[in-house]
Amino acid sequence: MKSAENYNYAFLDEGSKREIRRCVLKAVAIPGYQVPFGSRELPIGRGWGTGGIQLTLSLIGPDDTLKVIDQGSDESVNAVNIKKFVRLTTNAEVTSDTRKATLIQSRHRIPEIPLENNQILIFQVPIPEPLRIVEPREEVTRKMHAEKDYAPIWLQLYESIIRYGKVTISTEYPCTVENRYIMNPSPIPKFDNPKLHMSKCLYLFGAGREKKIYAVPPYTNVVSLAFDDVPFERESFKGKKCRLCGSTDTYLDEIFDSETGERFYQCSDTSYCREVRLNAAE
Amino acid sequence: MQLNEKPVLQVKNLTVRYGDGCPHCQEKLEKNRCTVCGTVWAANDVSIDVYPGEVLGIVGESGSGKSTLMQSLYFDLEPTSGSAFLSGYHNGEDSIWNASAAEKRNIKNCVMGMVYQNPVRGLRMDYSAASNIAEKLIAAGNREAGFMTERAKELLTSVEILTSRMGEAPKNFSGGMQQRVQISKALANNPSILLLDEVTTGLDLSVQARVLDLIRRIRAQYGISILLVSHDLAVIRMLADRTVVMLDGRIIESGLTDQILEDPQHAYTQQLVHSLL
Repeated sequence: MKSAENYNYAFLDEGSKREIRRCVLKAVAIPGYQVPFGSRELPIGRGWGTGGIQLTLSLIGPDDTLKVIDQGSDESVNAVNIKKFVRLTTNAEVTSDTRKATLIQSRHRIPEIPLENNQILIFQVPIPEPLRIVEPREEVTRKMHAEKDYAPIWLQLYESIIRYGKVTISTEYPCTVENRYIMNPSPIPKFDNPKLHMSKCLYLFGAGREKKIYAVPPYTNVVSLAFDDVPFERESFKGKKCRLCGSTDTYLDEIFDSETGERFYQCSDTSYCREVRLNAAE
Repeated sequence: MQLNEKPVLQVKNLTVRYGDGCPHCQEKLEKNRCTVCGTVWAANDVSIDVYPGEVLGIVGESGSGKSTLMQSLYFDLEPTSGSAFLSGYHNGEDSIWNASAAEKRNIKNCVMGMVYQNPVRGLRMDYSAASNIAEKLIAAGNREAGFMTERAKELLTSVEILTSRMGEAPKNFSGGMQQRVQISKALANNPSILLLDEVTTGLDLSVQARVLDLIRRIRAQYGISILLVSHDLAVIRMLADRTVVMLDGRIIESGLTDQILEDPQHAYTQQLVHSLL
């Protein structure tokens, strides 16, 4: 696809974008509720972020600035190609600066810099249903949500405690939204779960293959599941720091150098890491 | 057993039928299948009372409607008509079959305990024994992992399962152990009535004896009412205070267990007793 002349603005036709925006409104009105939508065909395969892209394409306007991250990185193949595609069909500005972006499409991370109320974070979600791990049938999980029957997911946490002495879920850690629906916060690490709580920005979750959209509006109560006597705990990077910027309070990726056998840590959020280094240099 | 008290469980005119029925069904049904329209009457106008602390045995051949009654009571099966009242639900004033989905779930988890013939139906075979017990506690709203673990230890000890094995999945247990885990799971929330559906079927004699001893001990310890379904008259003789005999979906005889076994009145009961004893 070299020229965008033959395509509608933001690739999708206006009717499709309007339908997706209606679903977004419903999702915002019922925080954590999975709204079904007619997922469109895109020039990328299902499972490569089509849910997130459809949300981005439906919401992006000429004045928006887009940032796309993949596991915290602005430069991964997936992030770069999504940026190229959106830029080609909208001519919108793209950036790697979290503060400048009005729309941020993300695969599996929330940026380290707290987001503001003029920003929207769009997640690419592979499996939107938090109960899928305990119940394979869609009609049953829908009923379970309707009846607020969440005992099986609590049981999953308890089983983890019995087997390993602690809750071992590291990503897709389920959380309750506004004390009603249990939500799968896309596969973000549980380190990022607290950032969903009472956030200033709007979080949108799009699952293209599963045809579901859900949302966490600004200033929404989002609580990660935890037993009264076993509190929720984020990943701990105690005693470790980013080898590039020296940060100790960010989510760190562990990198293993097979040649030297050395193991070191680096900020997962590459733009944040770069900013810290630039500030230090100045 | 307190027969002068209000029943813990009262079933009135339970009917479960498969098919639309016809006038012939109502008038001249001899077996539980209508020869005209083919409707199967799995349970036909069944009424029972279970009193506090009582063990009520239900006996009958395969297809007599015993398990249909149990499954209807535990909401595994939708009854065609009838009503059932539990003292633990709205003080026994409303039929449990008219309860909302959430109320039914609450009744299953807190007011009744069920032990199936096949442990696969009653247990999560891939979860630990402790989690199987915790499932009931979680469903009742408990959110304290420490308390649930202590309760699981207490219950597993009471059914003679080593606490060192509470982290193991029941799929690794023997049939008798699986039944004992099921019993401990059923007791997790101190239910007012326990439903036992052919709990000793398929177990060898020595294991059967242990399970029966356990049920007797539980009854003495907790004073719990038990509805016991079995086709084995020896089990009924050992455990039940009163016995109901079912045939072709109907109750054909009921009374004190000794009376039923020593002086059966109905021809089928006589045949049953004499063929087995």
